[in-house]
Amino acid sequence: MPEITPENTPALAATHIQSDEPLLFEISSPGKRAWQLPPLDVPEADLELLLPAGTRDDIAGFPELSEIELVRHYTRLSTWNYAIDQGLYPLGSCTMKYNSRLNEVVARLEGLAEGHPLQPAAVMQGALRLMRRLEAALAEITGMDAVTLQPAAGAQGELTGILIIRACLAARGNPRAKILIPDSAHGTNPATAAIAGYRVENLRSDARGLVELSSLERLMDESVAALMLTNPNTLGLFEEDIHRIAELVHARGGLLYMDGANMNALVGRARPGDFGVDVMHLNLHKTFSTPHGGGGPGAGPVAVKSFLEPFLPVPRIVEGEAGGLRLETDRPASIGRVRAFFGNFGMFVRALAYILANGSDGLKQTTDDAVLNANYIRQQLEDSYALPYATPSLHECVFSDRLQARQGVHTGDIAKRLMDYGFHPYTVSFPLIVPGALMIEPTESESREELDRFIAAMRAIAREAETAPELVQAAPHRTRISRLDEAAAARQPVLRWQPKAQG
Amino acid sequence: MRYLPKSDVIRREMLSTLGLENVDQLFAHIPEYCRLRRPLNLPAGRSEPEILEDFRALAEDNAAGYASFLGAGAYHHFRPVLIEALISRGEWFTAYTPYQPEISQGTLQSIFEFQTMICQLTGMEVANASMYDGSTAMAEAALMARRLTGKSALLAARSTHPQYREVLATYLQHQPGGLREFGYGESGAVDAEQLERELRAGDVAAVLLQSPNFFGTVEDWEAAARLAHAHGALLVAVIAEPVSLGLLPPPAAADIVALEAQGFGIPVGFGGPYAGVLATRQKYVRSLPGRLVGEARDRQGRRGYVLTLATREQHIRREKATSNICTNQALCALMASIFMAVYGREGLRELAKQNLAKADYAARAFAAAGVELLFPAPRFHELVARPRRPLAEIEAELLAARIVPGLPLGPWYGELEGAALICVTETATRDAIDKLAAAYAAGARRPARQAKEVSLHT
Repeated sequence: MPEITPENTPALAATHIQSDEPLLFEISSPGKRAWQLPPLDVPEADLELLLPAGTRDDIAGFPELSEIELVRHYTRLSTWNYAIDQGLYPLGSCTMKYNSRLNEVVARLEGLAEGHPLQPAAVMQGALRLMRRLEAALAEITGMDAVTLQPAAGAQGELTGILIIRACLAARGNPRAKILIPDSAHGTNPATAAIAGYRVENLRSDARGLVELSSLERLMDESVAALMLTNPNTLGLFEEDIHRIAELVHARGGLLYMDGANMNALVGRARPGDFGVDVMHLNLHKTFSTPHGGGGPGAGPVAVKSFLEPFLPVPRIVEGEAGGLRLETDRPASIGRVRAFFGNFGMFVRALAYILANGSDGLKQTTDDAVLNANYIRQQLEDSYALPYATPSLHECVFSDRLQARQGVHTGDIAKRLMDYGFHPYTVSFPLIVPGALMIEPTESESREELDRFIAAMRAIAREAETAPELVQAAPHRTRISRLDEAAAARQPVLRWQPKAQG
Repeated sequence: MRYLPKSDVIRREMLSTLGLENVDQLFAHIPEYCRLRRPLNLPAGRSEPEILEDFRALAEDNAAGYASFLGAGAYHHFRPVLIEALISRGEWFTAYTPYQPEISQGTLQSIFEFQTMICQLTGMEVANASMYDGSTAMAEAALMARRLTGKSALLAARSTHPQYREVLATYLQHQPGGLREFGYGESGAVDAEQLERELRAGDVAAVLLQSPNFFGTVEDWEAAARLAHAHGALLVAVIAEPVSLGLLPPPAAADIVALEAQGFGIPVGFGGPYAGVLATRQKYVRSLPGRLVGEARDRQGRRGYVLTLATREQHIRREKATSNICTNQALCALMASIFMAVYGREGLRELAKQNLAKADYAARAFAAAGVELLFPAPRFHELVARPRRPLAEIEAELLAARIVPGLPLGPWYGELEGAALICVTETATRDAIDKLAAAYAAGARRPARQAKEVSLHT
């Protein structure tokens, strides 16, 4: 890559700038069309007779475009996205791993993509078997006893898990009032606890970056329903005192919830069910490679120990009389339903295909490679960036911008500058317990060559922060647009296109 | 292990760079008792052909290729091939949430367009970037209405999708105020008197009403909004079939719209992934959950798009956030956007008209064959029929003819035992509709006069 200075940036940028693509509405023109329906094989609808209260006569502003224009519109827009298919996407805690094409092919098989969720069980045995197989595989991977696939995403899995805990404790006589959450946790944890009707109490991290046992001992009392723990935590650190943590929580009548966002560090190496976890969720879009799709869909299955199985959402897939599978809804202790139908079935198909393709040995190798990659980056960047915690880490590593901040260069600037070097940034300013955090998760999907390119870019930026801090502060220089004024956008939000006023 | 881009040689070299002899040392700090000491009890990794064969077998055991008359919140429509062609680009489906706008303008602009089209369709002023699905969108709308009004009770129509109401009950179970329901009348539409009685208590944050409702009946948004507003409640308009908006008046009188976008080109796919959406008035935007995309300017004054108003969201507000939701359903929203853009201003109306015509043909065929049709009020593309013989018998016959019949309503509505909800979209052929009507009619007395009426149409 040529060295970039403020002087030569415009010339370089010229090769990257593509012409602006207007909004659909701005290229729309009356009378154009991209659709054609087959001729009706029944009589035309008599609108006045069938809808006597009237119909709408227009959808004002709705687009009118031809097929080729639509193809170009969405193709051009796509080229403005960075994606895993283009390179390293080291977002910490997001597990941006390769999305295999095979998964996309099997998810589109007609019998899986077009089946209706309310079909009679007799004609959806294949779909039910698929879900049972995935449930069983996830139970084996987590060391838990039962799995529901229904939650639509990680945050909904958390809600499902906390509702299950609440139902269990209520059945024991007292749902309790509080949930303990470490200060390093993802924001969904406290938000979830609030929806389930709990107060949140923060648990401090100690000098190792792990749960401070003395705080836990002090706070864990009969008013606490559960501890919500991410393990490994958002610093990529395994909670080494997990045995003592689980013991403390259980001794005082609470349950241990595990946020499985970082399960990519453990598959085949350690199972939450073996270290005291009662309930956990998984993110199929992280650990099990279902595509992130620009922000979703995800899927957030919840796994529980057997004593919590009666509380799982309905329906459950159970063995029928004649050897087939059927749906069971009559489960009085269930927390109810968290989503219509079965959840994000299309993600189940992909996750199962991923598990089958890797197999037992491949899943473990995947974990090993993910942890190896993260430790390689950690070691190679230790001289350039400050490492706030010396504790051994697993699948991700968290640096701080302490050294660069002396020059006025912050984690957000370094992130923007990474774009000029052709990479998507790491996770910026999270976890909150590390001021100016750079949270890096390479996943197993990166070759050493790609890691070395990233490391070289990060080292170069560290040097620039010393020699030309303003270059980093003003980044990115090579993207189609420069930094957007997010503050102004939030002050006077424009959330939709409006036609220009007439006259 | 074909997804892993490393040779064993390179692994060993990397370990040696780290000063390690074997990979186990990377996990040495995990306490001994936590470590798994055996291989996972899963099969060894399989090849592509083996996996394809496995999934083809699963797919075949699912009534693939059958004609289907199931709707009930998951609708079969022609999906323009453009959708798969475009969303299969890795730039769309292997990108993450657009937190870095400079390299995510594709996703951001497509969501901005999605938000705009949802507003145009619903008559609302703002729409979010999408929610998990219609059922959770409705639950989030209810929570939003409680925040906006300071009241706590919620009032849902029994004619709203039963699974949506189950999800709502789950979300509300630990919130004060409770959930009450109001019924439907003989016509299939809301029982306005009962609704008004329930509203009189004055404690209601919102009325939740679906249209076309679960029975396919078209409701009167304006009348419902007048009633709700007269008692200080908001109206949450629930729309499970977006194609209906091509023809039916938009819910412009509502305060919040909770919409399921599946009908817009998202595969029925055993129930998901779909895309819910919340739309509302500008003045309520700061109470709206979920991601929002807004217009912004860069340093050179060029137009771009960013995620905005994040102070509502969990990663900033934690336990004080409007919702715990983190993801949206961007890829499904993109499918819906492409669908809306393909059909456009005129096509969506034509598509809705075809649905109306097919369902009307089916209703006439049923009536002509002497099958009792419940709920005479205007409907969109679903109808409720009560045949004279057990639904199980009809089901067995039709499945043998490779037709998936309507949905038995008894399990959800005791009073509708023996009745089925039948959905007829543009994908249903006249031939399949005729076979369906014949199966439901067997054992019924055929009224001669109506049969004649139908023959005029054929």
